[in-house]
Amino acid sequence: MVDAADPLSQPAWRRRLVLTWLLAPALLWLLLLIVLPHIDLALLSLRRRIAPHVYQPSLLQFKTFFTEPLYWQVFVRTAVISALATALTLLVAFPAAWVITKVARGRASSLLFVVCLIPFWVSETVRALGWLILLRESGVLPSLLVKLGLTPVPVELLYHDATILVGLVYTSLLFMVVPLVNSLESLDNALIEAAYNLGASGASILRHIVIPHAAPGITAGCIIVFMLTLGNYLTPTLLGGKNSQWFTELIYTQFIVRFNWEQGAAFGFLLLGLSTAMVALGLRLSGQRFVDVMRRT
Amino acid sequence: MISTLPRPVWLRTATVLYVAAFLLFLFLPLTTVAVFAFNNAPYPAPPWRGFTLDWFLGNASAGRVGLFHDTELLGSIVTSLIVACWVTVVSVIIGTANSFLMERFEFPGKQALSVLMLVPLVIPGVILGISILALSSRIAELADTLFGWDLDFLRPGLPLVVAGQFSYIATITTLMISARLKRFDRTLEEAALNLGASHAAVLRTITFPYLRPAMIGSAAISFLMSFENFNTTLMLVGADAPLTVTMYGRMREGASPVLNAVSLFLMLASAALALSLLRGGRRSA
Repeated sequence: MVDAADPLSQPAWRRRLVLTWLLAPALLWLLLLIVLPHIDLALLSLRRRIAPHVYQPSLLQFKTFFTEPLYWQVFVRTAVISALATALTLLVAFPAAWVITKVARGRASSLLFVVCLIPFWVSETVRALGWLILLRESGVLPSLLVKLGLTPVPVELLYHDATILVGLVYTSLLFMVVPLVNSLESLDNALIEAAYNLGASGASILRHIVIPHAAPGITAGCIIVFMLTLGNYLTPTLLGGKNSQWFTELIYTQFIVRFNWEQGAAFGFLLLGLSTAMVALGLRLSGQRFVDVMRRT
Repeated sequence: MISTLPRPVWLRTATVLYVAAFLLFLFLPLTTVAVFAFNNAPYPAPPWRGFTLDWFLGNASAGRVGLFHDTELLGSIVTSLIVACWVTVVSVIIGTANSFLMERFEFPGKQALSVLMLVPLVIPGVILGISILALSSRIAELADTLFGWDLDFLRPGLPLVVAGQFSYIATITTLMISARLKRFDRTLEEAALNLGASHAAVLRTITFPYLRPAMIGSAAISFLMSFENFNTTLMLVGADAPLTVTMYGRMREGASPVLNAVSLFLMLASAALALSLLRGGRRSA
């Protein structure tokens, strides 16, 4: 922004110098930690080891993914559960955001909002520990169920798909509530009052006024929640145990346990591809720009 | 419906019930963790066997190793603190530099750079971790075979953990600090320059004090995100494990209530950080 009208701006050479010094760290950060590692990962995934230290370009890893049912089934399963978790998170978070912005007033509203945020200041590990203690066979809820006479013996509530869903929804709530509150806050109450006075039902107000207005917030929340669930590792593995079958777990196994980096890199790219595709789809559906969505949250 | 419109009784009841259920859902796991830190039993499970502080104070001779005598846990807390400090300092410095770059300068490729800066947020943490691990290991390998150099910092360990966490936390600090710099009234700087202040003096006495709330806020967020990070850290961790990784390992083995004790500490620390941020935010607003 070399402003010619501003007599006080620094001389051109000094601005160039400052620009260089500011540009260097940004470029180093993005090239060394983001761009080059991903190019390297792509190269890794597209080669195959034919002998120690001898490699050959190959699509073998991607072929393995499609021909080995376990791999693509886990992939599809991860995607489906993530989508379910996103939908559930929206269903749970929307009424909460509505109460915060439209029903509660003044202090009650801001207090409720802060209270909603508190659990997310605590590490995900701690939250998972809480669910473990609550849900495992010797845990709090199963023994409560026995005491209430609902089940004769304690039941194992961990290691089910539903458990993974509960954990994922719990971890993701914040990332849905915040964009929803932001978008609902800007909705003018007068619009709702007008519709109500003209005889609109609650359902039609929701459909024709509230949801169109909140659409950017809903998309932003859904994109972020889906992405985070897809890439989650801790919650599915702890709450799902051996049954979790989460795709990030496969990546970890290939990379760290089996030391098969080529396969792990291919899996990583498939996950990245799915995540990027869903982000792009969400943006396309709502006609938003990436930059605006990220700013909003 | 909204508060200004008449709401039938059933809707009000439903709202109250919903809010109660929502709050229960939010706080049940956390309160459970906190309560069982004081249960006098070897496992964090019901029934309640009475109050004890063993899981904080106990040592090996008492048969129960409490948090204050658990060297592994204490060590991993220190590791986490060291990592978080590095990540915070570097992220805030780079974030500040980036926000000046993006708000004050025009250069070819700026649009592309601003999009690229957001990309780390949409890459799953596990993939950030493995990509950095793969590249750095291969470089270390190459340096070893070509020159016989032993580049230890490129092997899994704390420097890589810091780099991995920084790679996406820098985006967050950049966004937070840029947002404040964008709202800055530049006539203040011009007035100071007109009155003869040097550029350095203007930065020191006007621009940086204005940016300080955003820098402090983003430092707190960076610290917290680094301390809590798991996905990226797990891929890059070496011999010294940060707290989240140690806790994860223990939870898979079947945890003793000492984990509840350390969790309670984390909750208190987070709450203190949140409160001081809120209070600080109110003062500067």
